[in-house]
Amino acid sequence: MPNSPSDAPRRVTVQRKGPLLLEGPVEVELEDGSVVSSDRFRVALCTCRRSRRYPWCDTSHRDRA
Amino acid sequence: MEDLRDEPLLPAPRGPVSSAVQAHLRGTGPLPSEQDVDAAPVYGDDLQLALYLCYELHYRGFAGVAPGLEWDPELLRTRAALERRFLGALRADARRHDTVDDALAGILVEPVDGTGVSHFLRDKGELWHLREYAALRSLYHLKEADPHAWVLPRLRGRAKAAMAAVEFDEYGGGRADRVHARLFADLMTDLGLDTTYGRYLDAARAELLVVVNLMSLFGLHRSLRGALVGHFATVEITSSPGSRRLAEAMRRTGAGPAAEHFYDEHVEADAVHEQVVRHEVIGGLLEDEPYLAQDIAFGVDATVFTEDLLGDALLADWRAGRSGLREPLDQVAQDSTHTS
Repeated sequence: MPNSPSDAPRRVTVQRKGPLLLEGPVEVELEDGSVVSSDRFRVALCTCRRSRRYPWCDTSHRDRA
Repeated sequence: MEDLRDEPLLPAPRGPVSSAVQAHLRGTGPLPSEQDVDAAPVYGDDLQLALYLCYELHYRGFAGVAPGLEWDPELLRTRAALERRFLGALRADARRHDTVDDALAGILVEPVDGTGVSHFLRDKGELWHLREYAALRSLYHLKEADPHAWVLPRLRGRAKAAMAAVEFDEYGGGRADRVHARLFADLMTDLGLDTTYGRYLDAARAELLVVVNLMSLFGLHRSLRGALVGHFATVEITSSPGSRRLAEAMRRTGAGPAAEHFYDEHVEADAVHEQVVRHEVIGGLLEDEPYLAQDIAFGVDATVFTEDLLGDALLADWRAGRSGLREPLDQVAQDSTHTS
């Protein structure tokens, strides 16, 4: 069954290098079943898995020189 | 009747130029001569304080200074002369990249062995360093995001919407207790500092005035909207990793929960802001006005240059075991009893 035509699709921005960008607020369910939430207008989700504030991006994906 | 005004006190002058500007503000003397303006070292205390006095009229003003002087044509003429010197020096001295990507590339890489102020504070910072750092930065953080709000009417479409969204976040998303300037005041309280706006202006060295004057210069001129956006992007891009180091410094020294929270909040918030500013604000502005690319790159370069000026001067003092302020904080704390 189709969604209601009034439902705007949720835009997710992906980047090869950098976090996944979503419109906030979001809830994220982690592997252990716990749920964390962010009420920012835009949320940056870590994809490199190096973040010390996982699941949120903390810019740890950056190249180091 | 009780005087409810709480404008900051005028600071002590630091030479002939700032002295004359101050006299004009008090209505007691003429503005500085062209020769004095031309002779003052451009990044020095006298010229930078004079410019700071001119700019502060657009924020909170000063006690005993007529608010209408904000648009005084004679004072604006002097301000323009000071700005010509400042902007001219920045265009000559700040390393120039021609493209936005080139300018940003340098700050999107994290140095493995960083040697900046936040690295020093994380590794060796003692509570007195952190107090000095917060007192200095309070000149900006107690008006955090204000200089950048001026760019909003000069942007359109995607760039405007994104810039407004980031500013909304800086201003606490509609919640007074989350306004970043308020979070910084809470940090100052943890560190035993006076949160009164403008309290540490006399203690602030020239290089800090340079950093704050740069924002006001870019914010107040529509012709510099590209530079303002480049500046803002630089602040947001460098803030997240720097804030993590500062949060670690606050934790290690036991500065207090609000002190930790200010920088913890900026690690996450600015990781998002960086993305929004790079893709939406810069991207949107370049779509609307592609000819501003060089100005955006200049804003990045000038911000890196002025932050380096401040960092080098501060670290030189701290590494030598000296205070990085013009007046040591203990003296400042004693003084506060008769100014509040």
